[in-house]
Amino acid sequence: MCLGIPGKIIEITDVKQKLAVVNVGGVKRQVNIACIVDEQHSVESCVGDWVLVHVGFAMNRINEKEAMETLQLLEELAEAVAMDSYIAIPNDS
Amino acid sequence: MKYVDEFREPKKADALFRAIEKLSQRLKKPIKIMEVCGGHTHSIFKYGIEEILPEAIELIHGPGCPVCVMPRGRLDDAISISLKQNVIFTTFGDAMRVPGSKTNLLQAKAQGADIRMVYSPLDSLQIAKDNPDKEVVFFALGFETTAPSTALTILQAASEKIQNFSMFSNHVLVIPALKALLDNPDLQLDGFIGPGHVSMVIGSDPYQFISQQYQKPIVVSGFEPLDIIQSIWMLLQQIVENRCEVENQYNRLVEKTGNQVAIATMNKVFENRESFEWRGLGEIPKSGLKIRAQYAQFDAELKFTLPNLQVADHKACLCGEILKGVLKPWQCKVFGTACTPETPIGTCMVSSEGACAAYYKYGSFFHMTKKMMLDKEKLRA
Ligand code: SF4
Repeated sequence: MCLGIPGKIIEITDVKQKLAVVNVGGVKRQVNIACIVDEQHSVESCVGDWVLVHVGFAMNRINEKEAMETLQLLEELAEAVAMDSYIAIPNDS
Repeated sequence: MKYVDEFREPKKADALFRAIEKLSQRLKKPIKIMEVCGGHTHSIFKYGIEEILPEAIELIHGPGCPVCVMPRGRLDDAISISLKQNVIFTTFGDAMRVPGSKTNLLQAKAQGADIRMVYSPLDSLQIAKDNPDKEVVFFALGFETTAPSTALTILQAASEKIQNFSMFSNHVLVIPALKALLDNPDLQLDGFIGPGHVSMVIGSDPYQFISQQYQKPIVVSGFEPLDIIQSIWMLLQQIVENRCEVENQYNRLVEKTGNQVAIATMNKVFENRESFEWRGLGEIPKSGLKIRAQYAQFDAELKFTLPNLQVADHKACLCGEILKGVLKPWQCKVFGTACTPETPIGTCMVSSEGACAAYYKYGSFFHMTKKMMLDKEKLRA
């Protein structure tokens, strides 16, 4: 029930009603973007944003930098495990 | 798909499993981790995560499936609305098979009720605009993830002065339910996988009480396999290092304070109910949302007379114990025989986010037999 799908905002269709077209895995959908708009981020500036779509609404912006960092960390872990240098001993013991 | 495929990469998953394996050797005793959200339950079964984890780590599937916690009385109310003359009743598909005390929405539809499945509450509003001579009701379900969307839909109906639209609100809140679970003495848990999309709305800060008052670690997690496995790894590190903190694995979507616009919208339209009944868990104070008086004209509970009765759960059904993680689905006598996803007796069998349905659909026979043998051995010992 709480699931959502990432999509990219490609066009604003109604500034007043805060409606946009979002490309969700190749399918274009009309989505309400009211939850990701505030004084710092106007409706018009949302084009190009990656968002999480849930029941027809964009619920939050996806943070590209954080996503990269998570993947980077896992990449490093994978390397450490491959070289058998992953040490599962906490620093404080 | 971007932000999906990268988080399914087998090489990274394999490394995480090996890291978990190594860390788990440092555990002093077997541990139990609860994933609160039904979306996580679904992913865990879909990707077989439970089966690859070391013996010492047991996953407990929590109550975070809005359909599973719906009490029978509320379902009866929904069905009674749908059967009223001149009503078009709109709902998410998940709710169609949820058993009330006698029937479900699917059966009501077969009896002639005009029940339509929608993808978004906005679709329901559109149906109201297209059918001005009918009363259109939306069955509003879900946690904080979904509540801002229904709130925005009510605001839009208000601004467009739509007269024939209302909602039957059954929104529930995660934090009070977690408190109730933590206060339950039957429940022995070592940590939580926190709900990702609820937290995208409310933030990760509201979970501080779990680490501070109850000394349990919690990691807010995304829904892809790497997200969940990484979260288990993070929890394991906390447990091995004797830490209990709120950590956030899903920081590409979740911030400490959540989405302020969504929270403000939700608070504008909804207020806390004094108390709300959860199937299996009973009454939980301040755990449900009702529509504020200012938007009373959109409140189906005021617009229609409802039976409004509390109905006890089915005698055979152990959903309550399963939602709390005290018992496992196969310990229920009717699991897989009288109770299946086609003919559910309890709510946990309805949606694949419910533990019973997840075990029924995905739970490998081998895994279940293994666990059953273990249970039997324990009994003998
Ligand atoms: S198997 Fe069916 S009746 Fe038994 S606990 Fe699960 S949902 Fe309830």
